Amino acid sequence: MIQYIIRRVAYAIPLLLAVNILTFILFFVVNSPDDMARMQLGQKHVTEQAINNWKHQHGYDLPLLWNAEKSGLEKLRQTIFYQKSIGLFLFDFGISDSGRNIGHDISERMWPSLALALPSLIVGLLVNITVALMMVLFRNSYLEFGTIVLCVILMSISSLFYIIGGQFVFGKLLKLVPISGYDSGLSAIKFLLLPIIISVISGLGSGARWYRTLFLEEVEKDYVRTARAKGLSEVQVLFRHVLRNAMIPILTGVVVVLPLLFMGSLIMESFFSIPGLGSYTIDAINRQDFAIVRSMVFLGSVLYILGLLMTDISYTLVDPRVRLS
Amino acid sequence: MTHQMMSSFLSVKMRIQAWFFYSILFFLTGCEMAPLNNPYREVPPGVSVLYSSFAERPKHLDPAKAYSSNEYTFIAQIYEPPLQYHYLKRPYQLIPLTATEMPTVTYYNQQGQVIDGKDAGQVAYSDYLIRIKPGIQFQPHPAFSRDEQGRFLYHHLNAEQLDATDALDDFEQRGSRELVAEDYVYQIKRLAYPKIQSPIAGVMRNYIAGFAAFANAMKDQPITTLKAMPLEGVKATGRYQYRIRIKGKYPQFKFWLAMPFFAPMPWEADAFYAQPGLIDKNITLDWYPVGTGPYYLTENNPNRRMVLTKNPHFHDEFYPRTGEAGDKQNGLLADAGKKLPFIDRVVYVLEKENIPYWNKFLQGYYDASGIASDSFDQAVQFTGAGDARLTPMMREKGIQLQTAVTTSVFYLGFNMLDKVVGGYSEQKQKLRQAISIALNYEEYIAIFMNGRGMPAQGVLPPGIYGYQDGRAGIDPFVYDWVAGKPKRKSIAVAKRLMAEAGYPNGIDPATGEALTLYFDTASASVDERSRMNWFRKQFARLGIKLIIRATDYNRFQQKMRQGSGQLFTWGWNADYPDPENFFFLLYGPNSKVKNGGENAVNYENPEYDRLFEIMRNMDNGPERLAIIQQMQHILRRDAPWVFGVNPKSFSLFHSWYKNIKPNLMANNRLKYTRIEPDLRTQKRYQWNQPVFWPLLLIAAVLAIAVYPAVRAYRRRLQETII
Repeated sequence: MIQYIIRRVAYAIPLLLAVNILTFILFFVVNSPDDMARMQLGQKHVTEQAINNWKHQHGYDLPLLWNAEKSGLEKLRQTIFYQKSIGLFLFDFGISDSGRNIGHDISERMWPSLALALPSLIVGLLVNITVALMMVLFRNSYLEFGTIVLCVILMSISSLFYIIGGQFVFGKLLKLVPISGYDSGLSAIKFLLLPIIISVISGLGSGARWYRTLFLEEVEKDYVRTARAKGLSEVQVLFRHVLRNAMIPILTGVVVVLPLLFMGSLIMESFFSIPGLGSYTIDAINRQDFAIVRSMVFLGSVLYILGLLMTDISYTLVDPRVRLS
Repeated sequence: MTHQMMSSFLSVKMRIQAWFFYSILFFLTGCEMAPLNNPYREVPPGVSVLYSSFAERPKHLDPAKAYSSNEYTFIAQIYEPPLQYHYLKRPYQLIPLTATEMPTVTYYNQQGQVIDGKDAGQVAYSDYLIRIKPGIQFQPHPAFSRDEQGRFLYHHLNAEQLDATDALDDFEQRGSRELVAEDYVYQIKRLAYPKIQSPIAGVMRNYIAGFAAFANAMKDQPITTLKAMPLEGVKATGRYQYRIRIKGKYPQFKFWLAMPFFAPMPWEADAFYAQPGLIDKNITLDWYPVGTGPYYLTENNPNRRMVLTKNPHFHDEFYPRTGEAGDKQNGLLADAGKKLPFIDRVVYVLEKENIPYWNKFLQGYYDASGIASDSFDQAVQFTGAGDARLTPMMREKGIQLQTAVTTSVFYLGFNMLDKVVGGYSEQKQKLRQAISIALNYEEYIAIFMNGRGMPAQGVLPPGIYGYQDGRAGIDPFVYDWVAGKPKRKSIAVAKRLMAEAGYPNGIDPATGEALTLYFDTASASVDERSRMNWFRKQFARLGIKLIIRATDYNRFQQKMRQGSGQLFTWGWNADYPDPENFFFLLYGPNSKVKNGGENAVNYENPEYDRLFEIMRNMDNGPERLAIIQQMQHILRRDAPWVFGVNPKSFSLFHSWYKNIKPNLMANNRLKYTRIEPDLRTQKRYQWNQPVFWPLLLIAAVLAIAVYPAVRAYRRRLQETII
């Protein structure tokens, strides 16, 4: 397995390089260093000298990809691309164009994102599985039908509606939780309750239906019939046998998103004023802060690759028949 | 069990049940309990805290760089320039802040002789002599901390100290020192220092003597050498006195002296923040200011909240004893003579979305609020006379409304270099005048701004010297004065002007088809579509076909710089209350295409330029006013802008918010604000009692829904085949 992991990590390097080049090209097709300088320097009294000065200070006065004026390796090294990219592979994100340390910002902002995303994932998973098992348990009853209808309704509603509706009902009408905000430590709980509930409810429709499908597929299998024939109750059959065997697709689906939980949720964090990473990239795009954009795209790619790798590994853990080679 | 015992037992049981029932009912409905939705931590009694919000994190808190209103919200409370605007008096009046009196200005001719300065052409230099108050102290800051031998504790941080530091709070010792004139001189050097990139460096190099030479000399020097390097035109002439030498006469310079750009900066701050390692922890002067103002920044998490705390070293400053007529009746002098500031702490919370922000304001968790378009009808209604007043719901809560016409103008510009809409011939003037009439900005304000604005009659917004009200102040090319108010000329007049301009019924004789004009905009969002359609319709009234060229902000800026745009909308907020700050937007040498200036329409009229050069150096008076009216007339006739809107700001304040008076020039208003925390606590309790019964109802409905199925399942389990 070690060899497999090493090979996958080696494959990731050209992939990350390609993502980095693509981000670089796409960004500079839309924004020139002059545009970036103007954005940073503001609207009033911006002179050409100030722009040139800003570019020089931030290393944007070099050619983009190829420095014809230099010789040898310097042709490549004395470029914006090289200067801005090399640190990324060492996870040194450097200083943003607005003067803040990106690594420090990320490390500060990922915890609130995680505080929201992790409980949402765990509680959501538990609720989805429970509801799906209930549907299977009460299959062919009005309860199953009603729950399916409810799931379809839940799936059809926009997540923004859940947020605004949740804030209106629980924050404004019932006044049970703060409408928005955040605090450190355990005081964060009262701010996270509502967004977590909303995350769970908004994901319930699709999640429960998906897991129901998985469980129904298992429920028809021979080993389940055998379990029933042994005299086990339906609850025992579902929780001891069906759930365990349906865990493979559930687990792999969950593991792949685990690393990306750090990246946060844009809308949720924005509406609930949670100081996470959700809006970090989009704010940077709006501010034309290339240093942050490239760092976040790079980090996103790394985490995605990590998620895929973890998924592969998790296969071997939950299903002994699978071997990585 | 006897019957008596039985009945006694039942009676006790019933009483317990009743007590339990009423307890639950009381708990669920009626009991007075602390609000559960309070987003803040408890505040110790007697501490006055103001709660506010910000939608976007400020880019800079360094007074040499900051230039936006969202940055001034913070730094204007922290840094103190020598002058400030009187909080209550109107028209806006400059008064000393850290200065002992207004600057003494001395004019010199080329020979270095003192002259009276009335003839601006004779003035070679103006010297501004500023004396500051002794005894003013800087806020507590580690940059000032010294050991017993007088050496700075934190100016040479070692690796161990850096490792132990994550935020400014991690420095145990915090010192201070007295403010001296050299701190003001140092800050002006910082404005010139190229690596700081001050946005006003380009402007100041034209005025402050030796500024450009200093900038060139310091180009490759580290910031730590700034203190020792002399700047020719700026010099401390004593411990509490400094002199700024201005090239020629520039009366507007005094307004700059009320802006944070000219606030003092201790050299120790740069020496402290310049240390490698601190920037990696985001500890920079741009994020942790060092000032003498009424507040200092004690928490700076721009992604969550920023907290200003009362500066324990703040010098004596008192609430004004005089204002303008009506201020006393409005309770604005109730705190006259009291020591400032009144509030102990100000908490700014990042609130990006309008809906939660508005709801939290209604719950009493923000003390003041603007009004977003979505909430406007909920908050404000217009009377038959067109006056804005609060809705009954707002009045019931005791909320106060404050409105003010801002010192801003939003206009539609014609690129004067364009072959179709530009140019200075009578025909071109008439084409632009016709469009000015056709664009019904009264309708625009009603549809898109909830009535929050007034149609602009010229370049100057209300509140700026030279603005005229009433009949004398209307644009006679677009309005008539009818029944005591301005009335937009009819579309028939506009059509006649179109015909005289060579486009009868909007037909371009060159093509025989409708005249086609191009509107460049950086707003490509869906929300903007209705606005663009409105513009299309207005032009269509003249038979003109308007094509919208929506693009991104960068391309739009590029078009403006290259002069390839035709029509566009733009705006300007006053830096200071002087007409020069608006008229310069149309001064020929400021042409955007030719010189990269702020004259976005590239208007060049020699007569206007001549008058501008005279007007800008004059002191206010009848002569200056007459020139201003002449300039307004030229602009109204040439119509390089369709004078669009002077927006009105609408703000809401809770009943516990005191000393509210709009002051569009002063950014340091916070120190005058007072709140009544006890009233706020009482109202918050009243407005935020939790409601529990719907939760029980939901639980009951779920239980009722599930119960039959559970029963059926159990029955199924107990069923036998035979």
